[in-house]
Amino acid sequence: MFRFIVRRLLQLIPTLFGLSILLFIWLRRLPGGPETAILGERGTPEMRAAIRHNLGLDEPVLVQYGRFVRRMIRLDLGTSISTKREVTTEFLQRFPGTVELTITAMVIAIGIGIPLGYLAARRRGRLLDHMSVGGSLIGICIPVFFLAYILKAIFSENLGWFPSSGRQDPTLGATRITNFFVLDGLMTREWDAAADALWHLILPGIALASIPLAIIVRITRASVLEVLNEDFVRTAEAKGLTENVVRRRHVLRNSLLPVVTSIGLLTGGLLSGAVLTETVFAFSGIGAFVAEAISQRDYPVLMGFIMIIAVVYVLVNLIVDLSYSLIDPRVRVR
Amino acid sequence: MRASRPKVAIAAVAVAALAVAGCAESNREEGSSGSSKDTLVFGVAGDAKVLDPTMASDGESLRVARQMFETLVRPEEGGTKVSPGLAESWTPDAAGTTWTFKLRSGVKFHDGTDFNADAVCVNFNRWFNAKGLMQSPDVTAYWQDIMGGFAANEDDTLPPSLFKSCTATDPTTVDLAFTRVSSKIPAALMLPSFSIHSPKALQDYDASNVSGSADDIKYPAYATGHPTGTGPFKFKSWDVPNKTLTLERNEDYWGDKAKLKSLIFKTISDENARKQALRSGDIQGYDLVGPADVEPLKNEGFNLLTRPAFNILYLAINQKGNPKLADLKVRQALAHAINRQALVDSKLPPGAQVAVNFFPDTVEGWNGDVTKYDYDVEKAKALLAEAGASDLTLRFHYPTEVTRPYMPNPKDLFELVSADLQAAGIKIEAIPLKWSPDYLNATTSGNKHDIHFLGWTGDYGDGYNFIGTFFDRQKDEWGFNNPALFEKFKQADSTADQAAKVALYKELNADIMNFLPGVPISHAPPAIVFGKDVTGVKASPLTDERFSSAEFKS
Repeated sequence: MFRFIVRRLLQLIPTLFGLSILLFIWLRRLPGGPETAILGERGTPEMRAAIRHNLGLDEPVLVQYGRFVRRMIRLDLGTSISTKREVTTEFLQRFPGTVELTITAMVIAIGIGIPLGYLAARRRGRLLDHMSVGGSLIGICIPVFFLAYILKAIFSENLGWFPSSGRQDPTLGATRITNFFVLDGLMTREWDAAADALWHLILPGIALASIPLAIIVRITRASVLEVLNEDFVRTAEAKGLTENVVRRRHVLRNSLLPVVTSIGLLTGGLLSGAVLTETVFAFSGIGAFVAEAISQRDYPVLMGFIMIIAVVYVLVNLIVDLSYSLIDPRVRVR
Repeated sequence: MRASRPKVAIAAVAVAALAVAGCAESNREEGSSGSSKDTLVFGVAGDAKVLDPTMASDGESLRVARQMFETLVRPEEGGTKVSPGLAESWTPDAAGTTWTFKLRSGVKFHDGTDFNADAVCVNFNRWFNAKGLMQSPDVTAYWQDIMGGFAANEDDTLPPSLFKSCTATDPTTVDLAFTRVSSKIPAALMLPSFSIHSPKALQDYDASNVSGSADDIKYPAYATGHPTGTGPFKFKSWDVPNKTLTLERNEDYWGDKAKLKSLIFKTISDENARKQALRSGDIQGYDLVGPADVEPLKNEGFNLLTRPAFNILYLAINQKGNPKLADLKVRQALAHAINRQALVDSKLPPGAQVAVNFFPDTVEGWNGDVTKYDYDVEKAKALLAEAGASDLTLRFHYPTEVTRPYMPNPKDLFELVSADLQAAGIKIEAIPLKWSPDYLNATTSGNKHDIHFLGWTGDYGDGYNFIGTFFDRQKDEWGFNNPALFEKFKQADSTADQAAKVALYKELNADIMNFLPGVPISHAPPAIVFGKDVTGVKASPLTDERFSSAEFKS
């Protein structure tokens, strides 16, 4: 298993190298540059040229790329053109929000999705089955931002149960340690701050969970249906095992493999940032920041964030692969 | 018995939670929790970029700076006129190149040090003597815009400095000398970029040490965490992960102390999200209210303020784009073809006006007695025929995914104007582009653009800041060369006498409307909104709202 992990991590190096070249070419081919975003209406051609010159953007692309690689080898991702803060700092200030939101969304999606998919399969063709299949279709089709506005209109504006924006009530003046707000609240025993941060996660978590939930319901249902027809299930029932044992040990466990794969992919996707959810809930994560960086042509932020996201994605999938062996003893990673 | 996996998992989580609980120190102040009626959370569209206004050019940084810092002169509350700030009075010498400022006494910086004439000179000398990356155009944008260059320019393309020297003649008197007479003085000194900082804090936090390399600029500690001014609020904390910036009342303020104990700026980039946050009580006010939300919010009882319009939306005409556009008759035809009144009535917020000049009538030098171009399709057609341009096709650029204070909905405006032009027989090739950077690039450089929308929000109350910015030299945006016009601009800029300068602005406005380099369309008043129980803030055309007078009605 150790060798498997090392091999997978070594594969990251060529992946990142290739990705950096593609990204560099793509970014430099985008029309316009950061100078226009910086200056806005106030720019003159001379001012734009001066900024391009200062940023080294008037040099050959190869020279610029060389500089980037030299920095990257030292694990220095440079500073943001628009905020002048280090890209690594920017990432560490925003990624925890994305992780908290992802965990919330996946807890909701898995906690509801797997039982619902399982029940739908067991009651195939009945009302619950139709409702969950239809419901998951709506879950996939409904635009996330629309769902977000509806959730806010009902639960924030009208009922006033949940906050409509941000990660925490700023008047609490909470202490920041890791930038994982819930964790920080626990660590510093600021219980109200932890609870408030958790409270802020509910609505965006639900909005973000809608698509993964729908996918998990469908995959679980299909997988359970397939397993239910397997010979070993009939054998288990025939030898007199209780229904409970058959369900838990034989059906559910065997149907989870494809579900876990899709959970891994979905989690990796959510960790790369949810632009719409973050924007609509004014939630400080990496998605909205990257989107903003594209319009600002903030090259260092784009390069840095996308490279780190790629690493995270690979790591999540590595964990998923490793978890197969926990669920299915036949699978051994080598 | 083996414990089941779920039980093990739950136990593990519980142990982990216990382990982290209390493992770090809380640095929260007692009594800081729980919002009450002395904290205002205000929703803004973007994060501030930097806390030292010297280095800021974005509106959000400047808004924060305006609460913490003060300038020698400042706009009258709710207006644009130059009025006393840290200086009580000011007079130019006979030549108009040296200005003497009489300073307020008894003023202290947030760090307890005294404000005086020496402090003013430390600040001006800091800007003037900027070195290295401090001379970068994206670090000291406004200094360079107003003053040109520095004591020792490190880049040949920088112009010589307008600022010459600062002399403290006594603790409350300071002389600012300039290399020539300029229309910008004293009005430009109202800009937050000319805020007076505590000399001690500047030194303690290494404020001028912009480090890194040109493509990798790093702000000094002062600019990211230690701004120290004289204003009614002082800096408390900047919580980047939560997108909030907190200021607290300056208990030692020389004037009327702020009524709020804390003022929090919270970034909510989405316009609808800001509105929902206001309605749900997350925030007690926000800026950049959508034109469509103005009436509904007012009807719901929110305290909606309309700023006097201090902007211009124009249709730019590039005379190098299509050669036909160099013909005055064709430009006149465009002006006659557009029904500007209908546009203002249907697409702009209440209170918007059709523009007669390229600046609003709140600015001195506005001239109502200029050539006007009433909506008249037949006249437009006749003019086009006269110019032999009846089969004119124009590339019409408009921006997408953007709202500007002067242009709330570019696509709607484009549809209206292009329908008007088509009615006059002009064929339109629509070119929608993303605002930043594509649109701005395409319309202000090269010559692939024929007509496009653009506009301007004034920095300070002087006409040159509008028309001078547009027309005082050859620009790719307009593609014309008019030496007589440029010469008159130079004359206006170097006239010290206010009355004579205003007279020249009036002449310039008349000349511009005869030459018609573009069509001024409208002035739109942007709105700002506060909660139902928040009062005391006066809307400012310069977005210089003073939160120190905000309070909650009990």
